[in-house]
Amino acid sequence: MIPESFAQGDSLIHTINPQLKTALALVYSLVLAFSSNVIILLAGLITSLCLVLIARLPLKDVLKRLSVLIGFLGLIWLLMPLTYPGEAIIKFGIIKLSLPGLGLALQISLKSTAILMALMALLATMPVATLGHALRNLGLPTKLVYLLMITYRYLFVFEQAYQRLIRAARVRGFTPGTNLHSYRTYAYLAGMLLVRAWSRAERVSNAMKCRGFSGKFYALNQFDPDSRNWPFGLIMSVIILTLATVEIWIRITVS
Amino acid sequence: MDSHNRLINLKNINYQYPGGKTVLDQLNFSLLQGDRIGLVAPNGSGKTTLLHVIMGLLKATSGMVEIFGKQRGQEKDFSDVRRRIGLLFQDADDQLFSPTVIEDVAFGPLNLGKSKQEALDISRQTLDFLGLNGFEDRITYKLSGGEKRLVSLATVLAMQPEVLLLDEPSNALDNAMKARLIRILQKLDLSYILISHEFDLLSQTTDQFYTMAYGKIFKDEHEHVHTHQHAHHIGGQPHKHT
Repeated sequence: MIPESFAQGDSLIHTINPQLKTALALVYSLVLAFSSNVIILLAGLITSLCLVLIARLPLKDVLKRLSVLIGFLGLIWLLMPLTYPGEAIIKFGIIKLSLPGLGLALQISLKSTAILMALMALLATMPVATLGHALRNLGLPTKLVYLLMITYRYLFVFEQAYQRLIRAARVRGFTPGTNLHSYRTYAYLAGMLLVRAWSRAERVSNAMKCRGFSGKFYALNQFDPDSRNWPFGLIMSVIILTLATVEIWIRITVS
Repeated sequence: MDSHNRLINLKNINYQYPGGKTVLDQLNFSLLQGDRIGLVAPNGSGKTTLLHVIMGLLKATSGMVEIFGKQRGQEKDFSDVRRRIGLLFQDADDQLFSPTVIEDVAFGPLNLGKSKQEALDISRQTLDFLGLNGFEDRITYKLSGGEKRLVSLATVLAMQPEVLLLDEPSNALDNAMKARLIRILQKLDLSYILISHEFDLLSQTTDQFYTMAYGKIFKDEHEHVHTHQHAHHIGGQPHKHT
């Protein structure tokens, strides 16, 4: 089960219109992703940190989620300076650490951490169901939205199906190892899961047909406007615009 | 027999699985207005297949399917059947696919062309009727097994059907939930077919027993007297059976 622990809360950010949050998260992430100036990225990191603090997310959980990213970033810090061509700052025999490589590693780290934290504050503070509605209201095709929502809905069911299968294997003494028997068992499990997914899809589609489904989805949700939306949207927009403008200005003056 | 009262009429229905196994063999069956039929039969005898043939989810290999006085063959013939007959699936996870309860219950009414407000009103009334007040914004996959079952019944009832087909509705329900289901079924003024293996449920909610064998369906006229083993919380003390 995927707990949506960040979605519960009563902070300012939790009460903001999901559509607004989704749009802001999208634009903000894009601006950071295209920025390359370290100052801008640091400003972004601080902004994201502020968002996390305003959303009053438990910092321990935030760090736990970030740790996945940090593991990946470690790999980048290891590889980029060693492989990226450019001026070397340190040389040990054949091992050279390139300055541009280090710079890139730093950029990537700042960007991804800032974006991830912003997404935690802006997107994870709503249930996935609400995110789906927000995306649809923002104009994402209904088919894609339902693909997302139905995938999310049935992930739990598949997880349970997988657990049942693996439990059935375990109670009969299956211990995974590096041998043909284990590989074959896992292949069977995967195959079984596919077959079950297929028949589940068929049953769900039947159930939908029985309730008059003919290819068109209707939306029920409408989000109430909240008086706090405007100031929040305005402040975020100003921050995003400033970051983007400064970044563009730096690029123009430098080149 | 007055054909107006005949809701479902199946004649010489054959159904074969693609593999070749015959599940329904020259089956004849009719459901009349007001019938409350309990269907008890061993696993694999074709009960679910029968319900799916009625709903048009499976096409009979041969035979005549007549529902509400009209012969039905093509997919489009069945869209009217599906809005007037509600099928409660065996597995509630198949039936509940919307994120929140209210959306799932309103899905049917919206498909029937109701306005948003109408759909919401019908859904709330249905939830009220089932004693599920306050469930509107619950997340469907986080409901308990029993709650899922009742909510999926709500999704079916919100279509305001004339006939219900219930495929093992008491499956995996505890006694309290089962009692609740029985009370609900007794309150419903609908004709229905109820598949179950549980005689206490059947005896309280249905008037006729049918059984299936060799691809056919039979009315079971006998009152079955049987003994059963059971356990009580107060097993050691003298007690009365009511």
